[in-house]
Amino acid sequence: MATAEVERQRGQLAALSIAAVVIIVGVPLWWKTTETYRAWLPVSQIRELAKLQLQLSADVEVVFARGTVTPEQQKKMPLTQTQEEDHAVDEDTALKYKYETKYRTATIMEEDALNKPNAAEADLSLHVLSESPCGSLVIYVIPESSSLLPEDVKVYIGQRRTALLRVPQMRTAKTLEQLLHHLQPHIKQVLRVMSFSRADITAALSDRVRFHPGNKESIADSMRAFKSSPGYEITFSLLNPDPKSHRLHWDIEGAAQTYIQPLLTKMSPVANFSIDSQTLHYAMLGVNPRFDNTRSAYMLNADSLAHVINPVEARLGSNAASSNPVLNFLLYVPDAYHSPLYIQDQNKREVPSNAFHSPRWGGIMVYNVDSYYGPETEFPVDININMAKVMGVFLAQLRLLLGVQSSPPPPGFLVAPCGSTGLADWELDRLMWSRSVENIATATTTITSLAQLLDQIGNIVINDNIAEQVSSAVTSLQLAVAELEAGNLKFALQFSKEAIQASEKAFFDPSLLHLLYFPDDQKFAIYIPLFLPMCVPILLSLIKIASEARQKRREKQAKKD
Amino acid sequence: MVISEEPTPGNEQHASVVDNPQTPAETVKQPTEERRWEATQVDETVPDDAAAIKPDLPVPDSVLTPTPPLKDEFQEELVVRPLHSGDIYASFQFRTVWETDFTRGMSHYRLFPKSLGQVISKFSVRELHISFTQGYWRTMQWGQPYLPSPPGAELWVWFQDTVTDVDATWKELTNVLSGIFCASLNFIDSTNTVQPSASFKPLGIANGTDHRFLRYATLPREIVCTENLTPWKKLLPVCSDSLCADLVYNRLFFPPSVNFSTAVSIPRLCTYGRCVRTGRAKPQWSLFKMFSRTLTEACPLASSSKIYIDVTDNPQDQFELSPATHLLSQAVVLGDRRTFSVYDLTQQVTFGTVRSLNVLIRWKSTEGDMLRPLLHAERYVAGYGLQTGEIHTLMYNNHPFRSFPVLLLDSVPWYLRLYVHTLTVTSKGKDNKPSYIHYQPSKDRMRPHLLEMLVQLPPHSVTEVTVQFERALLKWTEYTPDPNHGFYVGSSVVSALVPSTVAMNTNITKEQPLFSTFFPTKEESSYFIRAYTEPLLVNLPTPDFSMPYNVICLTCTVVAVGYGSLYNLLTRSFQVEEPNPGLAKRIANVIRKMRGVPPL
Repeated sequence: MATAEVERQRGQLAALSIAAVVIIVGVPLWWKTTETYRAWLPVSQIRELAKLQLQLSADVEVVFARGTVTPEQQKKMPLTQTQEEDHAVDEDTALKYKYETKYRTATIMEEDALNKPNAAEADLSLHVLSESPCGSLVIYVIPESSSLLPEDVKVYIGQRRTALLRVPQMRTAKTLEQLLHHLQPHIKQVLRVMSFSRADITAALSDRVRFHPGNKESIADSMRAFKSSPGYEITFSLLNPDPKSHRLHWDIEGAAQTYIQPLLTKMSPVANFSIDSQTLHYAMLGVNPRFDNTRSAYMLNADSLAHVINPVEARLGSNAASSNPVLNFLLYVPDAYHSPLYIQDQNKREVPSNAFHSPRWGGIMVYNVDSYYGPETEFPVDININMAKVMGVFLAQLRLLLGVQSSPPPPGFLVAPCGSTGLADWELDRLMWSRSVENIATATTTITSLAQLLDQIGNIVINDNIAEQVSSAVTSLQLAVAELEAGNLKFALQFSKEAIQASEKAFFDPSLLHLLYFPDDQKFAIYIPLFLPMCVPILLSLIKIASEARQKRREKQAKKD
Repeated sequence: MVISEEPTPGNEQHASVVDNPQTPAETVKQPTEERRWEATQVDETVPDDAAAIKPDLPVPDSVLTPTPPLKDEFQEELVVRPLHSGDIYASFQFRTVWETDFTRGMSHYRLFPKSLGQVISKFSVRELHISFTQGYWRTMQWGQPYLPSPPGAELWVWFQDTVTDVDATWKELTNVLSGIFCASLNFIDSTNTVQPSASFKPLGIANGTDHRFLRYATLPREIVCTENLTPWKKLLPVCSDSLCADLVYNRLFFPPSVNFSTAVSIPRLCTYGRCVRTGRAKPQWSLFKMFSRTLTEACPLASSSKIYIDVTDNPQDQFELSPATHLLSQAVVLGDRRTFSVYDLTQQVTFGTVRSLNVLIRWKSTEGDMLRPLLHAERYVAGYGLQTGEIHTLMYNNHPFRSFPVLLLDSVPWYLRLYVHTLTVTSKGKDNKPSYIHYQPSKDRMRPHLLEMLVQLPPHSVTEVTVQFERALLKWTEYTPDPNHGFYVGSSVVSALVPSTVAMNTNITKEQPLFSTFFPTKEESSYFIRAYTEPLLVNLPTPDFSMPYNVICLTCTVVAVGYGSLYNLLTRSFQVEEPNPGLAKRIANVIRKMRGVPPL
């Protein structure tokens, strides 16, 4: 009997130790070998970024010309004021605009510059005197009597980062504070035109915040420009549907160099651009224009413009060699049987430029060549296209599509023509502000959604390179936000571009995709043949041991009683 | 001076020509779906300084200015060869010549397709040759094609020597090309790419020989179908009623073609195509029968547009050609002087009074046979079972008295493990030692075998190259979706300088037909051809694909059974039990009890 008892205890011990081995060695081993590799991600920082607190700072210098301030007021200068404006977009995004305004009087050289005969010359000589850094503005307050500006013009915005402001009734202000208080709304108005405005920034945040614009016009305005991207491909296409009648020649290379390249060079901090061109023969528009007897011309209705592109688009071809968005500019020379061809707006009037554009796609211009046909012209006719006329239209469309011009200036403002580069410095600054904010918004959205995705799907492998990209994106984002706060626009844009590149690279990394994800039911189907026969005896013997132990205890208790 | 645009609200209203087929409610819901068309308002934004730089742009009355010299040129031609077998061999070629430097940043395209131009400049491609072929070319029946190509897809590229990481560039290039041509070129990877050391030389002006910049790959499995041809059409300036792309690509490759092939080769952008149609040629063949339409004009963009009909085999008036043309052209093609009737589509007179051209061939007799091609190669797999096998490559030299050297290139995937020591080359029963052998062994899952050798083919002989191989076992994810179909091994390439019967033309002139100038001829006495063998279809040991689960179940069961008995042994408590008396003893005891005798 005693030996039987010893044997029974040995069996129990064996069962217990096997169970222990399975639990201590087997389970961790199984866990470890089936685990997916997940590199560390800066989750807490990403979570911080999900709540975006942006502060945009701009340096503004207000310079008072002689005759705008009393000597008493002058004594208190220079003076620095800081204005902050809060703008909560939604619960996760808050913006703060900070203007650091410095007031001073004009130097003698600036006075000289301001005494030039007209505003353009004054603007140029002021620019020569001092170069203001990217993102900052200088506003010269000039006396009402100044002859620099025409009668009805209140504000002149120069080609660089300067504005001339003429404020009436300056004399009523006694102290400097009163004067500044009086000036404040005017300065604000100038700032809204030349620097970031609420509408721009809200539009830039559209990737992150679902915004509800008031009317249709503003949707159109906000959607016209291309989204921020590290590069753009600009493609000019000459459509010649009738090579039998027209032999077209366009000096696109020279024209692009003369008219487009200066603008692109100026915009190079914002994005990289590449230009190419092609000629498409027998490319027809998708609609048949209607002949208008009164004008003896073919008319293309505004309603049908949407159908014009589709057949052409198939032949335009995408850029196989890069993934940047393409801006298409088409020059359509109507065939001999359908010319002249004019575009008609909804009020049945001809559009003077004979061109139209489609938001985030490009523009089309119809170039009529019927003036080339003489009474005894022999076909095909050699036609040299007037590139100055064409490029004027395309340049205007390009500015619109790149988001340079967004809203017309308020009344009383006079904006200097943009000069040879096609882009004023302050316009570039404006674009850089909104592009920085847009990049930051896009990058944060990408990074947070990537973090969310990785959090949700537990068995995605996170390789070291992805973790590295995510970390660098987060660092760049933090730097970009900090630079925006400090007012270093150039660096902010640079870092935001890096952030967006790193975040996209991480998000679209193929290693996140190609893994096999087994659903749980299949996994268990594989595990059951192994686990069931192994675990059932262990469990049964454990239950048996437990029940025996309980019985023994009960017996002991009974004995005691 | 331009005053900033300051439109009054009303002005703004008219300026935006809005086209919006959707209802306003919908647009508010989905603003991204909306595509708005707006009239562009231009306020002479042309920068005034810029205009000053270029003051005299052509004004409308400059109609009569002479045409500037064009840097690019487009030529097209169609060659029709009636075959004695009753088939028709049609080969066309579109050639765009553009003298430009692709390495420059800005590129402006006129006739050259932009998509290819961008690829060339981005990937620093010096030469690119790509072909897609459906069906095997029966050399013995049809003679040599003007442009040889193996069944499936073939791609070979010479990169500029400025490329630092050729493999990465090649990988990216194949992916891009696969997008452009809608083909599965993205399946080209290191396991089917080789760097031939001698077989593929640049065809263009450049004469590089550093084969580090060369990549060659074939996809014998690639199925080319007529739907794949749309991208090819886009490479050409599309014309409607002429020989151009629309006609050829839409109608030529209609299913009755038993073999068709299209190819692109750069730097001279040549788009080739060929097709053979069976059973349609006799007794009568016409353009209308082939294209379901006649030709009415030449492509206005083409500088030359010609149709050639091969009439060399017609001395005994075997067939009749109508409309008759007096324009005959002689050209030396593939070592043979051939006569062609030429229809020049750029001449109005070609179209006659009916203003349409329908070339008609009416056969008078049905016999006749083909000259055997001088060089011809074929290949097959021998052996039985699923373990080993032998590849036989046969090269025929049909020249009666001249021997000539050929370069044989074999690229065999790694899962056929070649035993190079079994390589034998025999001609006329004797061992024929190759004068040059380049062999690069394979690496499993990394790169294929590359075998190149220079063999002298004796006159009027068959040279047989055999090599044995062993079939490898693949991992279960490496099998193709239909593994029992077998695995393709690409064609061998035989490149040869074949002695010519007539003097070859060594200087290429413009008057020569395009098809005769594909391979540059360096000497008069011989011409270069490339012949391809059939691709091989090899069966590999193919498992039952439910096997992994079965294996898992079986091993788990074995483990569980073993474990179960061990567990039982370890945990059971054993007790000595009184042995039961045996059955005989029990019966005996029962009997003894009945008898009253004490039990045992």
